[in-house]
Amino acid sequence: MVELSEHLPRLRRYARALTGDRYAADDLVQDTVERALNKSALWRPDSRLDAWLMTLMHNIFVNQLRTAAGRHTDSLETLPSEPSARATQADGIEVRDIHGALARLSPEQREVLLLVTLEEYSYDETALILDIPVGTVMSRLSRARDRMRQLIEDRAPGTLPLKVVK
Amino acid sequence: MNRPLEAELHAWTDGRLDEARSAAVSQWLQENPEEEARLLAWKRQKELLHAAFDPVLEEPAPARLEEAAQPAANPRRWRIAAAIGWLAVGITTGYTMRGASVPEAAATPPLARNAAIAHVVYTPEVRHPVEVGADQEAHLVQWLSKRLGTPLKTPRFVAQGFELVGGRLLPGERGPVAQFMYQDRDGRRLTLYVRTDPNNHDTAFRFAQEGAVGVFYWLDHKVGYALSGEMPRDELLRIAEAAYAQLNSVN
Repeated sequence: MVELSEHLPRLRRYARALTGDRYAADDLVQDTVERALNKSALWRPDSRLDAWLMTLMHNIFVNQLRTAAGRHTDSLETLPSEPSARATQADGIEVRDIHGALARLSPEQREVLLLVTLEEYSYDETALILDIPVGTVMSRLSRARDRMRQLIEDRAPGTLPLKVVK
Repeated sequence: MNRPLEAELHAWTDGRLDEARSAAVSQWLQENPEEEARLLAWKRQKELLHAAFDPVLEEPAPARLEEAAQPAANPRRWRIAAAIGWLAVGITTGYTMRGASVPEAAATPPLARNAAIAHVVYTPEVRHPVEVGADQEAHLVQWLSKRLGTPLKTPRFVAQGFELVGGRLLPGERGPVAQFMYQDRDGRRLTLYVRTDPNNHDTAFRFAQEGAVGVFYWLDHKVGYALSGEMPRDELLRIAEAAYAQLNSVN
């Protein structure tokens, strides 16, 4: 488990996109890493460590959602999203839109979309990480991608059809 | 060509089709502009997600995460926990003994005990031993003086082989406390714990031993000082005398 810290950047990227909040994300990463060290005996060396870490993070995230729902606190849907520090000017508006749209997906759709597009896992790996059938991965992916498209196009004024004034 | 499977549309978006199949899907998309617009939007999402979150990969992880990811960090935590546990036992014992009417003088006063605890907690810190480093000493002294409401000084222990690392603000029983940290070439660390109390009476040096930590402490008008270190008592005494000589308000 010496290489655990090598996985921090990816865990932090995924957690940031998942939670939309810098501090909640790092708390999630910390919980994940601590659980990984406590459960290191359960990791099979022939499997990919990063995928196993993602599984642990998924389980913790889901538990947090359940707890949050029980407490009637702000759901993750309403968390403010942070603008990225390094978005270029041209991308700026669209990048801000993607934060907002992402926050409006259901957590299940968000997880699938991020594991496939941002983390570039195969559909099979995504299914294993989330412990769901690959068919469910594909259907969630379709819903997530179409919903994102709808949310982004609704928000971006530049994509409204131009009216021709006569 | 018939409509590709939805799974194939995803695979096309994610670049996971072989060349022939990918070309076939591209061809089909050209003939179906609505689907093409849909998949181009999917591709754009992917680019935007990377643009939005890839910068996180370049950010240094906070120290708490790096530390949590190091199994090697655990023995150090254990050492802190063990030392605090030891101090807690001392506190409990002291309390019980007071009930048994042992003279008050036998118990370590809060100043020395709190200084020892703060020493044990912060000296093992590798990355963040202090809040403000010695490179900003003027700012450090000004800040802590303001918070404690009395002008502070950082004594020099260069002759004894210790240099200032920096300092931090801590909560004390009656208000803010300052802790200055020093380190020698072998990495041994000393801490000077400073708190104010208007009811202080001047005292001479006193010594307390809390586990492995020796503490010399004294009161000078309303300021209480405690110098802690894990080293032979004689060596710590020489440094404490140097501190006293530099800090004593009479000088």
